[in-house]
Amino acid sequence: MARTLEKTQVMEGSRAIAASVQRCRPQVIAAYPITPQTHIVEHLAQAVANGELKAEYVKVESEHSAMSAVLGAEATGVRAYTASSSQGVLLMHEVLYNVAALRLPVVMTVANRAISQPINIWNDHQDAMSARDTGFIQIFAEDNQEACDLQYQAYKIAEHKDVLLPVMVCVDGYVLTHSYEPVSLLDQDLADQFLPPYEPSWALDVDRPVTYGVMLGPGEYLEHKYVLQQAQKRALGVIEDVAREFGTLTGRTHGGLVEEYRLDDADVALVGLGSLVSALREAADQLREQGIKAGVLKIRTFRPFPAEKIAAALGGVKRVVVIDKGYSLGSGGILGMEITAALAAAGVPALVDRFVGGLGGRPIPASTVVRAVVAPELPRSQDGFLDLKPEYLGEGD
Amino acid sequence: MPKVIAPRDPKEWSLFTAGHTACAGCGQSLGARLVLNAAGPRTILVNATGCLEVFTTRFPSSAWRVPWLHSLFENASAVGSGVEAALKALGKADDVNVIVQGGDGGTADIGFGSLSGMFERGHNILYVCYDNEAYMNTGIQRSGLTPFAASTTTSPVGSEVLGNTTGKKDLPAIAVAHGVPYVATTTVAYPKDLEKKVKKALSIKGPKYIQILVPCPLGWGHDTALTIRLARLAVQSGIFPVIEVENGKLTSVMRIARKVPVDEYLKPQARFRHLFTPAGREELARVQALADANIERFGLLGARAG
Repeated sequence: MARTLEKTQVMEGSRAIAASVQRCRPQVIAAYPITPQTHIVEHLAQAVANGELKAEYVKVESEHSAMSAVLGAEATGVRAYTASSSQGVLLMHEVLYNVAALRLPVVMTVANRAISQPINIWNDHQDAMSARDTGFIQIFAEDNQEACDLQYQAYKIAEHKDVLLPVMVCVDGYVLTHSYEPVSLLDQDLADQFLPPYEPSWALDVDRPVTYGVMLGPGEYLEHKYVLQQAQKRALGVIEDVAREFGTLTGRTHGGLVEEYRLDDADVALVGLGSLVSALREAADQLREQGIKAGVLKIRTFRPFPAEKIAAALGGVKRVVVIDKGYSLGSGGILGMEITAALAAAGVPALVDRFVGGLGGRPIPASTVVRAVVAPELPRSQDGFLDLKPEYLGEGD
Repeated sequence: MPKVIAPRDPKEWSLFTAGHTACAGCGQSLGARLVLNAAGPRTILVNATGCLEVFTTRFPSSAWRVPWLHSLFENASAVGSGVEAALKALGKADDVNVIVQGGDGGTADIGFGSLSGMFERGHNILYVCYDNEAYMNTGIQRSGLTPFAASTTTSPVGSEVLGNTTGKKDLPAIAVAHGVPYVATTTVAYPKDLEKKVKKALSIKGPKYIQILVPCPLGWGHDTALTIRLARLAVQSGIFPVIEVENGKLTSVMRIARKVPVDEYLKPQARFRHLFTPAGREELARVQALADANIERFGLLGARAG
């Protein structure tokens, strides 16, 4: 089994992700280079230029067109890929709804970054959170090995006949995309074994002319959305199956919907998404050294939201501390709200502390997490914002 | 008893058929039928949002007998680019026509960026703009292709302003400037010319652009019986020059045998009604001057050259 994994090498996240995408054999890639982009699409362009990847590379004039071109390509029956980030994800926003509603299994890697204004190119989750209602499946990677492994899994989930929904692989910008970490890639044979060639469930075909993208009135539109919701729900099981299958094949698992760490006997559960989870693990270890029984629940899959899994995992804890890198202005941390709702619906009595941090790339070290657990009063009084610097706040703030 | 001749079922001869809800006298539905039947069955259509999309695909009906895809208003050219790229990847590119079509707003305004990208990248796609000179689907708002002095709901006639204050964006020239190898205009009054141009366009590799003037009785405020007549008068007055530009060179123009004053074209249309009041005299003269400038620019009058 291990023979078909390539030797572990230290690679930049973007490069390792691009190499993994290449092994998924996308036939059409469309990408816009800025607002902001990562090295992922540059490495893929090089792979096409070198003849290492046989794909049409469409150099579009915007992210709106990037997502539109992969929509057109998937609708013609090929596996398509794009990557984006931040403003780019916002610019393609309306196309995201289209891709999902047309049941096109596009895979997009999002290097999660902050939203302008003020302009800021560093990591947070505001871009992905803006797309949470589009119908895309959203899975967050904790490290670069998982980001790589997710590319294969994403296509497998998206193209599954019970799902047929696009997948957004969320990878923390800079923290992961620009970091060098040891990763092991699948060799092409193993990748092909896990991910066979794409067989579309529908495609534009002159020998079978069908009309796609029609107008639905009040008599039918509601049902269309219900059907999409059912596909999202079926994805819950498929994501776990695909993660399990990948684990059997490669020996690597990163969780399916969620992943638990030292949660069995925990009184306090730390909850988060993406690379932050590594800091949460470290914080849990430190808290245990201080005599506080802490554990971690990594939310790997944000859409579909695994509410039942989360409620089951957190059923035994007294306190849940959610740290969000995505915020709904006028309301609160987005993951925190959903966790609260999931626990309330399941009758889980735990106290939920909802904090937000890391916006615009501010690091959230384990020490910040520990402080939020042991001294929550200040951030609680500041709408959950962690590590606020008073010198930048106005008098009325 | 006169012999009753039953109309042939369009399904027997047309790729654009029943199942649509276009208005009586709709120029766009006629244009779309002519385009598609000229292109033939081995064609994939990508449609921008607009009248044509709405009136042809109201679930569960469809007027299209070729594969047809609609996504959004401004992205049809980008979707088409993806379709064409996928056909290349599948090795089917030489076997299938890709036509992207939209209205004047979807082409000249909101879809302009993606159209420019499609042109510049050289995709093997024919783009057809059905130009009815305003956003008709949403209630007759002004677009970048609304002509000077036309009244629309966002360029209305008032005591200070007499309709649209700007002229049509010169999209054919913009297409030529992209190096698009085949650029043409025509109207639904000349079906043979239209068909010939669609067939010629599809025989050329690379991006192609055809702009078709399609009168809209609702938006223009004319009798539904006058659609073809107005599409002809637009040409004969010089207001809408019918031309062909190949590899940057003007290769043909539809000549005007007898120049028609613009009044004849404008008068039957409610959108120009104000030009025939004392207040509109100056604007009317300017419209005539625009037509004369077209005639001069493209050499529309006089004997056929060569």
